[in-house]
Amino acid sequence: MDITDFYDTFFEEAEELLGDMERLLLELDVDEPDAEELNAIFRAAHSIKGGAGTFGFLVLQETTHILENLLDHTRRGELTLRRDIVDTFLEAKDMLHDQLNAYRNGEEPDQEAFERICNTLKQMALDELGGSEGEKAPKAKPAPTPEPVEEAETTASTDDESTEEQEATLCVALLNVAEKDRGLLVEELEQLGSVIEQHGDDKRYEVTLKTGVSGEDIEAVMCFIIDDEQLEITTVNASSQEPAASSTDKKPDEPKQAAEPDEAEAAESVSAAKAETSATPAASAPTKAAQPAAKPQAKSSGGKAKGGSGESSLRVPVDKVDQIINLVGELIITQSMLDQTASEIDGITHTALHNGLNLLQRNARDLQEAVMSIRMMPMDYVFSRFPRLVRDLADKLKKDVELVTEGKSTELDKSLIERIIDPLTHLVRNSLDHGIESPDVREAKGKPRGGKLTLSAQHQGGNILIEVIDDGAGLNRAKLLAKAESNGLAVSDNMSDDEVWQLIFAPGFSTAEQVSDVSGRGVGMDVVKRNIQAMGGHVEILSREGQGTTTRIVLPLTLAILDGMSIKVGQEVFILPLGTVLESLQPSRDDLYTMAGSDQLLKVRDEYLPVIALHQVLDIEDARTELTECIVVIVQGEGRRYALMVDDLIGQQQVVVKNLETNYRKVPGISAATILGDGSVALILDIADLHRLSRRKTGQPTHNSTKPTQEVLTS
Amino acid sequence: MTAVSQANAQLQQANAANLDAHSSEFLVFSLGEEEYAVDILKVQEIRGYENVTRIANAPDFIKGVTNLRGVIVPIVDLRIKFHLDNIEYGGQTVVIVVNVGERVVGIVVDGVSDVMTLSPDQIKPAPEFGVTMSSDYLSGLGSLEDRMLVLVDIDKLLTSEEMALVDKTTH
Repeated sequence: MDITDFYDTFFEEAEELLGDMERLLLELDVDEPDAEELNAIFRAAHSIKGGAGTFGFLVLQETTHILENLLDHTRRGELTLRRDIVDTFLEAKDMLHDQLNAYRNGEEPDQEAFERICNTLKQMALDELGGSEGEKAPKAKPAPTPEPVEEAETTASTDDESTEEQEATLCVALLNVAEKDRGLLVEELEQLGSVIEQHGDDKRYEVTLKTGVSGEDIEAVMCFIIDDEQLEITTVNASSQEPAASSTDKKPDEPKQAAEPDEAEAAESVSAAKAETSATPAASAPTKAAQPAAKPQAKSSGGKAKGGSGESSLRVPVDKVDQIINLVGELIITQSMLDQTASEIDGITHTALHNGLNLLQRNARDLQEAVMSIRMMPMDYVFSRFPRLVRDLADKLKKDVELVTEGKSTELDKSLIERIIDPLTHLVRNSLDHGIESPDVREAKGKPRGGKLTLSAQHQGGNILIEVIDDGAGLNRAKLLAKAESNGLAVSDNMSDDEVWQLIFAPGFSTAEQVSDVSGRGVGMDVVKRNIQAMGGHVEILSREGQGTTTRIVLPLTLAILDGMSIKVGQEVFILPLGTVLESLQPSRDDLYTMAGSDQLLKVRDEYLPVIALHQVLDIEDARTELTECIVVIVQGEGRRYALMVDDLIGQQQVVVKNLETNYRKVPGISAATILGDGSVALILDIADLHRLSRRKTGQPTHNSTKPTQEVLTS
Repeated sequence: MTAVSQANAQLQQANAANLDAHSSEFLVFSLGEEEYAVDILKVQEIRGYENVTRIANAPDFIKGVTNLRGVIVPIVDLRIKFHLDNIEYGGQTVVIVVNVGERVVGIVVDGVSDVMTLSPDQIKPAPEFGVTMSSDYLSGLGSLEDRMLVLVDIDKLLTSEEMALVDKTTH
């Protein structure tokens, strides 16, 4: 077995650890840091270092080592935290991330950046801790490119440095580890200390190890290769084997420490507890047992909690999941084909068949729902990247901004989650740069100095609603109108606020007085809007001058399945996304008006809606052409309503969305295709695009200023 | 549908047969009176013409899309594209499903006749002219006793701009 097989596991775990580290650093209260949090940060760094050493990622190991030293001093209370220190830690974390990515791509990390961050960290150690640490740090630095073996020895020796006096004999039991992996693991252990004895079989293989490394550290190194539960570490007395501190009790120091509020005392108790564990393991067991309440707390905290979740989750490549989803989609289609055939069979003589089919239908739907839920991911995946962004940006802009996130656990399809990040980042940047004012301005306006930015996500029907809310200056109507005018957009003073806000989505539109490197180049909101539309959603803006702006993104939960209404025009069947359908009605002649000769408008409850004649737009020959003979479906697209002329409504059904562009191309007025119960293909209509198409077809010049006029018909 | 199953059987035979590495195999199909041929390795399957959903505002030779075991496949009628008369759709009308790059496209032809093996010396260069069909889309002319096969470079033809099957502008 090749050690490179484990690289991916390491990269993924290290990435998660770095994520944890960043989150913890951001949450850290600089003035009164929580000892448990500091420990968790330290452990994350430590685990990464261990893994990096094992795999010979030298630069990564070295950087983590220096960072770890500093973190160690911090948790011992020897280094007092300040905001700029946390900033440096965050910077170091970013650097680690870059290095990790470089290794992942099979490259060597940027040497210059590595040296820079090492020097920064060392300088900090020098400044904050005085001479002793400063001298120590360079000594610990190995030559940049020694062999991986030497490398791992460095890990061992650096660990020895701190725990030299606590050398203990550990019995490491490997459970259910195949022989080929075992050799590798034993080799690994040999690098951590001296192996005294090894024996056993595949089921249980025991290695007795004399080492200065703690059981916890061994586990951190091993867990990149095997699972937690495959490892059992016991401390052995020279004479007898006492199964006192097994791997589940790996952190005897923690409950104690959590109980100590004073940091210095806590630090003392750490070393005390450590000495205790190695010297008198039997004694530490009762201590543990006496604190059962403290144990779960210690277990759930920090990096180790990750290892525990290994049992309940499974890493699966996305394409495998997608394949299952496709197959289930096929199953649903087959099921509705059967249904259709069966509906022509006499129900009384074939009751059993019908019952069976009903059951099949229910099971198929349940299966589909269950499979779809695999792809669902919590919004936290997106939101968790914003605390850092907001912090950095607020610093840069010299603003004081508090970020609040709501609805982190709201779930959304993975493909959508990934595509929402960029637009959302853009909106957050906009809010920080243009929305929230500087503290002085805010004070002058009678607002609190600190601005508030809220990110929220919630379900609403079949949609997810994501909002970016700031309590900043809001949009300035007059400024927007003036800007639009100078950009050559058709505007008038009596446009509604909504229409004015929509102006910012026009390409090349920016009201920022100064172009900053944060935003203001005017390439943005139109891209945001286009991206969100491409995902089948839309953007709304609510703004109040002086009080703030809310940008609301409405997205479908998933792209793979759609609740549709099937309609018929002539002999052709089309699907309307149910979300766009408001109502359907039989129009009467009195409600019909014409405008400019050919434009038809339908009056529906005091509202005049443009009529889209589907048969005309889609060239359907045998359709009814007289509006009064047709059924009108009132639909909504991009915030506007239209009256759609159709021949018949067939019914509602869930359809599996099939991309037309896989083998063909984008069709104007059509968003995708689906397969009906009889196996034929039906096209899914795109309302807003249909209206644009209809306008082009009837040769009317566009009179809607918010729609970009430069769009051309693609065929 | 016997024509289709026969053709599919031929296709399988041809694929199974292990032939001289220098010669290549072509699936011969007819459009009106003319005989055309495509590289057999591009051909996925042959099926009947049925259940095609029309696409509005597309060129007339794009008949629409069909469901090929869950995949939406566009159907192009080469007879219309090459301005042939007497275009009928019946039991003999055949769709050749070809793989072009990553895409799957069905082409409607009048019939599929046989699978031919052509050696390099039987393939003559394509003439430098062509009004309805640019010689860019031909890989040559196959000469077989008294027959002439027009060897179509199906990749170039179907991805060409005039076929309007592929979005040139990226979205």
